[in-house]
Formats: sequence, structure tokens, C-alpha cells
Amino acid sequence: MTQKLVVVGAGMASGRALEHLFEAAPGAFEVTLFGAEPRGNYNRIMLSPVLAGEKSYGDIVTHDAAWYAENGVACRFGETVTKIDRKRKVVVSKGSETPYDKLLIATGSAPFIIPVAGKDLPGVMAFRDLDDVNAMVEAARKPGAKAVVIGGGLLGLEAAAALKLRGMDVTVLHLMGHLMERQLDPAAGYLLKKELEGRGIKVHVKAQTKAILGDGRVEAVALEDGTIYPADIVVMAVGIRPETRIAVDAGLYVERGIVVSDQMVTSDPDILAVGECVEHENVCYGLVAPLYDMARVAAKTLIKEDAAFRPVETATQLKVTGINLYSAGDFADGDDREEIVLRDASAGVYKRLVLKQNRIVGAVMYGETSDGAWFFDMLRKGTDIAEMRETLIFGQAYQGGSPLDPTAAVAALPDDAEICGCNGVCKGKIVSAITSKGLTSLDDVRAHTKASASCGSCTGLVEQVMKLTLGDSYNPAAVQPMCTCTDLGHDDVRRLIKAKGLKTIPAVMQELEWKTSCGCAKCRPALNYYLVCDWPDEYADDYQSRFINERVHANIQKDGTYSVVPRMWGGVTNAAELRAIADVVDKFNIPAVKVTGGQRIDMLGVKKEDLPEVWADLGKAGFVSGHAYAKGLRTVKTCVGSDWCRFGTQDSTGLGIRIEKFMWGSWTPAKVKMAVSGCPRNCAEATCKDVGVICVDSGFEIHFAGAAGLDIKGTEKLGLVASEEEALEVIVALTQMYREQARYLERIYKWAKRIGYDEIRRQILDDKDRRKAYFDRFVFSQKFAQVDPWSERVSGKDKHEFKPMASVGFAEAAE
Amino acid sequence: MSDWVEIGRLSDIPQRGARCVDTPIGRIAVFRTAADEVYAIEDRCPHKGGPLSQGIVHGAQVTCPLHNWVFSLETGFAQGADEGAVRTFALKRDGERILMDASAILAAAAARIAAE
Repeated sequence: MTQKLVVVGAGMASGRALEHLFEAAPGAFEVTLFGAEPRGNYNRIMLSPVLAGEKSYGDIVTHDAAWYAENGVACRFGETVTKIDRKRKVVVSKGSETPYDKLLIATGSAPFIIPVAGKDLPGVMAFRDLDDVNAMVEAARKPGAKAVVIGGGLLGLEAAAALKLRGMDVTVLHLMGHLMERQLDPAAGYLLKKELEGRGIKVHVKAQTKAILGDGRVEAVALEDGTIYPADIVVMAVGIRPETRIAVDAGLYVERGIVVSDQMVTSDPDILAVGECVEHENVCYGLVAPLYDMARVAAKTLIKEDAAFRPVETATQLKVTGINLYSAGDFADGDDREEIVLRDASAGVYKRLVLKQNRIVGAVMYGETSDGAWFFDMLRKGTDIAEMRETLIFGQAYQGGSPLDPTAAVAALPDDAEICGCNGVCKGKIVSAITSKGLTSLDDVRAHTKASASCGSCTGLVEQVMKLTLGDSYNPAAVQPMCTCTDLGHDDVRRLIKAKGLKTIPAVMQELEWKTSCGCAKCRPALNYYLVCDWPDEYADDYQSRFINERVHANIQKDGTYSVVPRMWGGVTNAAELRAIADVVDKFNIPAVKVTGGQRIDMLGVKKEDLPEVWADLGKAGFVSGHAYAKGLRTVKTCVGSDWCRFGTQDSTGLGIRIEKFMWGSWTPAKVKMAVSGCPRNCAEATCKDVGVICVDSGFEIHFAGAAGLDIKGTEKLGLVASEEEALEVIVALTQMYREQARYLERIYKWAKRIGYDEIRRQILDDKDRRKAYFDRFVFSQKFAQVDPWSERVSGKDKHEFKPMASVGFAEAAE
Repeated sequence: MSDWVEIGRLSDIPQRGARCVDTPIGRIAVFRTAADEVYAIEDRCPHKGGPLSQGIVHGAQVTCPLHNWVFSLETGFAQGADEGAVRTFALKRDGERILMDASAILAAAAARIAAE
């Protein structure tokens, strides 16, 4: 006997279910198909190519009128079902009623619209159906039209790429730190962002939308950070939510989606559901593969055959022409997991496999994805890969490959990339000197090109260029790698950051072929410093790559409390400041107060939660952070100088304060301590500091590279200058040279010994232009560095750092 | 019987960062990795008592801020040549919400009182 099947929703899931049904049991059901859109089933996932103009609507129609007629489907397109009457087994639409024996709900999902002001303005649209596509195509006709896409996930990026192809000026706003964060790790997200930016699409990550602006029609999008992007259209692609309204109204069991059994049956045995509107074992699906599985199971259930839907691993690919990315499974780190990372900087390739007990559990690929299906197949089957572990990452076709080439990063450099910054020598010049003059040793190359002949920090790179040019006949000296995440040494990394213009940690890790996905506690703080130093205006400090002291701006102590040292310029204080310190000590029961070796006052034993309040009180008395915790300028110690001392030759206190006020807040490779003494009796102990000044009648002797810690070493004399002005310029330029060249955690005395005192004298004292250039770069970077971190935190920055998130397990909490 | 209580939301913890939860058995550090996995371990390094929540997070490991011991967030074991372990605590994710089993904490607290 023929049964009546009513289907609500004419999308891909129900379309596939009907195909299975008609094939397995032709004529068993008399089907009525309702669809909210005024058209039949089309391949919704191909809307991106339609939007891009690469396909037409006709190309993506899956079921045409003839197909529906052939299978006797009564089509009710453009007619919305408003109600299900389960008692009488009818569905209600536009005043008419349609009876059913079996009902299949396939209402799909609705785009999630973020609840901000202006979301209802004309010009704000979703990217869900053909009408949305038509509206976007229409908007793109206007020359110079601007589109803002909110959401940097799969759908948002497909829309952005397509609109760009249509000639629009496109900006993507993404809430998270990197694009497609649910499918990609930060490394692949970086490559994707770079590719999109290369196509002229602006990408703004960590973008929190505040409001959509416009008078009668959308005109711009405003972000919480104050940025405003003009827009003719705004496309919301932040996610979907299951469309469950009629199921809820009908009293079916609905959680996030319509809850179904393994057989796709809802809480009513005569009602089935498939597609994005359902929830199975707490999971809602949005990718097509599982939806097709549901369709197959639903068809079997309708004809009373056994079938069960099982949760499946899904793989993701982005449908943007020219972008290859692939992601599958679970690629989180874990202790019982290993990762294999392959990066090829010149080809823009990143591949990462996550293994657990010799089985692939996750895969992320960018740039080269042809092995995606092979990896995915092994992932699903749980194939043991122990046998091919060594060559697995190279893919199916490549079993038994050679080891990775350590010179690859240098090979990828263009000829005009600068290798030696001191002497302005580029890669091409070195290569041509080697080949034209038949050079075979480092000394020859230095003699002929001057590359690495000055500070020598680029020696490693010059040797790699030699190895590339001369082949295996040249064996460079071994370089101590930064850490186990890379084969490159600190100097190579610093040079390459400049030469390749790398401006984020993921960029460095990709382009320099890091062997881990997230770095380690050794390389991350170093990279963060190098980037802060090299790109003061462009680089956003990576807070999570800083050591705790620099993150909370205080010194962690052995018991987990902190010590607080306010800045006391030149070591000079007064009654009001001392009173404020005494009050803070009383108010917060600070157990210890100590005068430091740098002439400051240290309050020890402050609880982390108290830090913002301690700073607030100190701030009211005019104190700022003393940076006693920083790889940065710590203190300038002074004696009383000519103001008081009968031997003083100059105003040493005044100069010390001037230096400190000029240089505070700057980040350096390791801590920097300075001192100014008013005469050669040297009461400020300037001759064991990183930089010291000894005042004499004729001017100021500048000293540097002293040490009074692990090593004890008197300073070297840099030279004598006549004025305070000049003393400041020399000290600042010297510090900047150190900032730009030293390895992270390398104190000035070690750096200076490595590159030679004469070379430093040559660059800072003799070469006045170079000194001025160092000085200017320091001044520029100070524009971004001289912000008091304490007052920022008193105003609420990083407030999460200072408070526990929750309490658990106490009597009241356990009620 | 498990008693899952919400301790916060994923967005409360920075990626590659940590927050603390106060409990009768001391602080527990809750970590969020770059891949948005969450883990909870005792906030006390077995070496010299360092607050692990203050360390640098890399992969599913944390480096102690006091003397650079590295611990697996998943197993709690010290990595490399160092020997020792911290206690781990189960967490559950429900969308954005992070849940901790309060009954496990209470059981541990009771065991400690009994031992004293």
C-alpha cells in the first residue's frame, strides 16, 4: 500500500534521502515536498563558485522539474510549513493542510546573526542561499564597492574570495587570533592569511564587532578597538544554528538540534529528521559527508531496513580556487601524541600530522594537499604507520626520501635579500663574488665582499650561502641552534627576520621551517623579543610568549609571591614618595622591604591578587614601574655629583636621571644596568656596569661591557665626549646596536666580546652617521615602548591575570 | 558520583595561557593550549613549589617559571631528565563552558584530612 511521505525542506539532505528512497523502493511512497525557497534542490556547497562567477546556477541544480515529475513528487516550493499537527498527522501551510503517514523534517539551518546594533540595516546579509548570492552579485556591480565579511571561517572566506574576484574591495573581520581556528592550527592560519592578503583582501583578526553603522542602509562596520571599515554590504558568516522552530512547536524533543536516534527517528516514531537541523549524540553536523550518511540511513528506516548512523570523522577543504588546504581529525597537542611537521618556506607548504600510538589522529595541510585523502583514509581506518614513520609526511608517492635540507631557508631568499647589515651586502653579491673569483674560504669571502667582516653576527648565513654555491665541498662551522625547534642559530634567525620581513611568530616559524608547531619556552620569548625590537610599530607583543615576570610586571619569588620595585629616577627620592611606600607596606602587610644594589626600594612578598591595588596606590604617589623584572633598562645608579660633592666634576645625578627618563621602558636582549659617577673616585661603581659614565673635568668618559654577577669584569672604555648631549647620544646608540645584534639573554659584555670592542667603537664613535641612525631607531621604538605597564593594569588591562577564575569543592560551592 | 560544576568559559583563559581555580586542596591551574584543548593540574611544581599556572605554555606542556622544569599537561609527568609528577584533574567541555568534577576535589580533600 502506498504511504504518504511529507518532506519539509528541499535541500541537499532531503534530496539525497529521496534519491535513495526512489531507488530502493520505487512507488512505495507518495511524496509531497515543501521548500521555503522558490526552487528545487541545488548543491548549496557550490554557491561559492557561483558567487565567484566560476559556475552558474544551472550548473549546480541537482534535481530539475523533470526529475520531480518522473518520481511523482508533488512540489510545493516557496511554501513554508508553519505547523505540524501530530495528533491529526497533518502539516499546515498557507491555510492548507497536507496529511502524512511519515514525515521527514529537513529544515537545515539558519545563519547566526550577531546581535549588534545595525544588524537589520538593508545591505547586511547572510551567505546561505541563492537569493543571498544574487544580492551580493548585484552589490558588486557598483564600481569600487566595499564588502565587509564578518567571520573568517570556511563560509566567510569563500565569500570574501569570491567577492574579491567580483572586483569588490573586501575586508574580513575575524574574532579569533587566526583564520579558520576550528580547522587550522596557527601556522596554517598564518599561510592562509598571507595568501588572502596577497590577493588584496584585508584580514583583521581579533576583531570584535561593536556595531554596524548606517543611515537607512549599511555604511560601515565599527570595531571595539575603534577601527571603522566603510561597507556597501556586510556579509555575516559567523556560524549557523539548526532551524528547529516547527519541531519545537510540535513538542518534539529538541536540544540544540532536533534529537534523533541512530535510525534518524525523532521522539515521534512517525517523524524522521536529517541534515543540519538534527542533533545526534550531542553533535550537530554542518559538513556534507555526514549529512549524506543521514540521508542514506533515513531512506533505509522509511522502508524498514536496518541501518544506523554513526558519528564520523570529517575532513575540511576550502573551496577557493588556488588555495589548497586540508584539515581532518583532531590536531590538538598531547603528551601521548607526537607530531611530524614539514615546512617548505619557498613553496609555502606546511604539513602537520598528529600521531597517537603510531596512528594518525589529525592532519593539517596547507599549500600541498594531494595526500590529504590518503592520510584521511589511514586516520579513519586507524592504520598502524610505524613502518613508514620516517617518510610518512612526504606522502604516498614518496616513500624513502632524503633528509630535509638545512640550507632551504637561505636557498629561498631572493638575490637582493640583505645578508650583512653592517656592510649592506646582499645574497646575490656574495654568490657572484664566490663564482666569479673562485672563493672557497670564509676569510676570502670577507675580504672580497665585506660580508660578516664587521660584527660577524651574519657569519652563519654567509656560510650557508657559500655551501649553497659551492656544494658539499664547503663545510660550514657548526652553529649552535636556538633550541630543539630549529637548526638555525640566534644570529641566523635575527638576520632572516629582517631579510624576509617576518613580522609574527607564526611567520617566523613557517618561513624558517620550525620543527614544532608551537615552539618552546626557549625560542618563543626570544622570537618575541626579536620581533618587538625589529618592528616596534607593527608587531603586536605576544604576551603568552613572555616570561611570567614580564607578563605581570613584577618579580616572581620562590614562594610564588612577587616583589615590587617602583622607579626612583637616578636613585633620588623624597619624603612624599617614602611615605607612600610606607603606607603601601602597612596596608598590604608586605613582609619585607629592602634597598637594592641599584639604589631602589624593593617590596617583597606581595600576593599576586594584590598587585593591581599596590600599583594603584603607588601610582597615586607618582610612581611608575621600575622594570626590575625586565629584560630591559633596569636602573641608572648615580652619585650626588657636583651638586653636593666637593670632588664632583659634573652633574652626575642630573645626567643619570636624564638617561633613565630617556631610556626607560625599552626592551633589550638581557637586563641593562647603568651608572653615572661624578668623578674618577667612582662612588656609583660605574665601571662594572653594562654601560657606565665617569665624569671628568673635560667631559664624560663612556664605559661599557662591565659585569659584576656570574662573571666579574671591569668595563672597557668606549671614549670621551665633551657634552651631556653627546654622552646621551652615544649611550643610546650603543644600546640600540646591542638591541639589534645580541642574542636573547646575552648580556652586553658577552655580546661586545663576541663582536669586538673596536668594531663597536668604529660604529658608535667614529661613524657619526651610523651613530645617528642607531639613535633615531631607538627614539622611534620608544614611541611604542614608553607606556607605564602598571597604570595600564590598574586601568584593567589583563585583569584576568590577577584573579582566580573560580572556586571549587568548598562546602558552599559543592551544594 | 561525578559532580560537574562550571568553572568558567573557554574565553576566560588566553590561548597558550592559564587561570587558577581555588580548592580546599590548594590551587589548580587550568590551561588552554593553542589548539583550544583544556587541562587542569595541581598548581605546584614538585621541585620547589613553583606556580605552574605562571609558566610558558607550549604544545600541551608547561615550563615552570622558577627553574624551567617542563610538565605534560595531559599526564602531569615531568619531561626530559627531571623526575616527578603533578596531579591531574579531569575537565569536561560543553561548548564554551569548562566543567570540573567537584566530587573528585572533595574526595581528595577528605583523603587528606583523614591522612592528617
